[in-house]
Amino acid sequence: MTPALCRDCCELTHGADATCLGCGSGWMLRHGELADLEIAHIDCDAFYASVEKRDRPKLKDQPVIVGHPGGRGVVTTACYIARQYGVRSAMPMFKAIELCPRATVIPPDMSKYKRVSHHIREIMRAATPVIEPVSLDEAYLDLSEPHRTAAGPPAEALARVARDVEIEVGITVSIGLAPNKFLAKLASELDKPRGFSVIGQAEARAFLARLAVGKINGVGPAMVQRLEAGGIRTIGDLQHLSPSELLGRFGKFGRRLVHYANGDDDRAVTPDRPTKSISAEDTFSRDTAKVSDLLAEAKRLSVRVAGHLVRNGLAAGTVVVKLKTSQFALLSRHRRLAVPTQKAEVLFEASRPLIEKEADGRAFRLIGIGADRLVPADEADPPDLFGS
Amino acid sequence: MRLLIERSELFRALSHVASVVERRTTIPILSNVLVRADDGHVSFKGTDLEREVIETVPADVTQSGAVTIQAHLLHDIVRKLADGSQITLDGAGGGERLTLTCGHAKFQLPALAADEFPDIGAGEMPHEFEIPAHELRRLIEKARFAISTEETRYYLNGIYLHTTVSAGKPVLRAVATDGHRLAQIEQLAPNGAEGMPGVIVPRKTVNEVHKLLEGSDEDVRVSLSAQRIQFKTEKVTMTSKLIDGTFPDYQRVIPQGNNKIMNVGNAEFANAVDRVATVSTERGRAVKLAIERDKLILSVTNPDGGSATEEIPVDYDADRLEIGFNARYLLDIAGQLESPTVRFFLSDAGSPTTVRDEGDENALYVLMPMRV
Repeated sequence: MTPALCRDCCELTHGADATCLGCGSGWMLRHGELADLEIAHIDCDAFYASVEKRDRPKLKDQPVIVGHPGGRGVVTTACYIARQYGVRSAMPMFKAIELCPRATVIPPDMSKYKRVSHHIREIMRAATPVIEPVSLDEAYLDLSEPHRTAAGPPAEALARVARDVEIEVGITVSIGLAPNKFLAKLASELDKPRGFSVIGQAEARAFLARLAVGKINGVGPAMVQRLEAGGIRTIGDLQHLSPSELLGRFGKFGRRLVHYANGDDDRAVTPDRPTKSISAEDTFSRDTAKVSDLLAEAKRLSVRVAGHLVRNGLAAGTVVVKLKTSQFALLSRHRRLAVPTQKAEVLFEASRPLIEKEADGRAFRLIGIGADRLVPADEADPPDLFGS
Repeated sequence: MRLLIERSELFRALSHVASVVERRTTIPILSNVLVRADDGHVSFKGTDLEREVIETVPADVTQSGAVTIQAHLLHDIVRKLADGSQITLDGAGGGERLTLTCGHAKFQLPALAADEFPDIGAGEMPHEFEIPAHELRRLIEKARFAISTEETRYYLNGIYLHTTVSAGKPVLRAVATDGHRLAQIEQLAPNGAEGMPGVIVPRKTVNEVHKLLEGSDEDVRVSLSAQRIQFKTEKVTMTSKLIDGTFPDYQRVIPQGNNKIMNVGNAEFANAVDRVATVSTERGRAVKLAIERDKLILSVTNPDGGSATEEIPVDYDADRLEIGFNARYLLDIAGQLESPTVRFFLSDAGSPTTVRDEGDENALYVLMPMRV
């Protein structure tokens, strides 16, 4: 059976049904490799424009252009409505206004976009700590074991990221899931906005064959000219050349062309910083104010975090509790451990008083347990005189 | 309330009292010190609800009364006033404000009503003994480094003070442990101490008492019940709640049959540990001790930072042994030992090791080895 992902309830199933058996939604994604792929590219849809529309609900159905108004300005981002008039990023502002005179032009507010970007990255962190940001609005994620912190397959974790960004941030993202970064990035562009596309290993060559060579990473206009001069217009044309021919004609870069043309890319997803913390979190199916619910979930999450620490050869020096209220207020509380640990019980026991202190009747929608101040595993849990 | 007081008297009293007052509290009056003036003297009281300190000093009181003032603010002001000057505290006006005057400087400080100041309530203290300040300080000083900071094991967050019999004599013993090391310090039990319940004195109280007794040579009157302990000197009374918990059966973990004995020069050993531990990035890294006849080789390996070894002569004639210890724990213990020679009583790489001062039967340390 082909695996199917319901975009609404974020569950992966194997049924052939047109609608989700769980929630009845028809927003289903099917792909043979859906359950196996682990590298993702997440791209925010018309990021700056979406953020501005979010903050100005009146403009929801109006064309919006973000960019410095005035003769010499250029379009930074155009919303999807403005794009229908032909407005594109990097277009001179006077030309954009000519095409779409009734568009509202908003100067960019970079500090706001940074804050929103940071928030989105925090949501991604629930899926994996291995995040490579490309810019404020796009990032690669490595959801392979042992990195993945979310429970369940990568596709489900990604669907939840998309859903949580919509609910919490109020903008949409498009996701590409593939065997590597090159294909993941191409996939995220396929179904914008609010997309989720998969390019599997099986169809990679055929899919690439149709694309222009300029779609390859690092192939700029000059290279395109050089390739076209040699009669190479599509990636398919490259596929027909032998590796030795490409190497001979384009040197070291030729080797990269061979790899990309065949859908291969061994670049690792490199986080912008080393792993500084490991965490796991879960959203309750229904908001809860009960300490016992919070503690029961904290216990499960502690087991998951401990498992990650062990697999990564790390130990926690500090335990972090993250709670999100039903009003989406986020709070995080931490406690330094006397000695670093890899043990779920120790993580849980340290988190308990922090949780009990916050459980004052407020309802919570999410709880997370994190390990911070990570140290090598050999410093964890030294033998104890009292044997505990 | 109106009084005149010498600056150094006021400053010393406030230093003692303010140190128990938390800098950040949720209850405003807990940030305050209670100032109470009576015939010829004034007392200052601070509390964090777990413990309270009252210090009484002579003052020229022209009008008795009481007022409470932000402790750290008052302390900071007095710190900046010239030594040797005379300070007037005037709490007239219904206790809403205190006016402090010193020479040409004048401060108006907001006050809170004295009758709302909390009292932790000493209750009845059926046990009482006197102990010279330097002896009590020694018990505390040599044991406190081993107190656990792990709040989940709250019953280890203090010093277990109790009486027992050691070598046929009644002793007053202080024990502290964090599960990785243990310190046991004792001395002949003072009169009246026998029969007292074993109590766990919280870490902060221990540290405050240690500070209060610095440089003092008077006798301290210690009174206690199962819930409270009180330390009283001529000027200062400190009352503290005790940790409500059961201290584990520590005697069980003190090894009895360790027969591999190593004698090593204390300073030489500590310096070598400190040197080889330099290559470890984390303070908690293990130092490996390879011990053979008359020779000890210390080594540390840090995968990212290289390695270090150092050999020092020792007095040892048992079987060769390799054992690892936390470098910091070794240095902590070495820092408490007073004689030139340290004695290690070892068994094997996985079992607790006892460390003693060669000339001091009253101090004993136990160390759990690390995996190396």
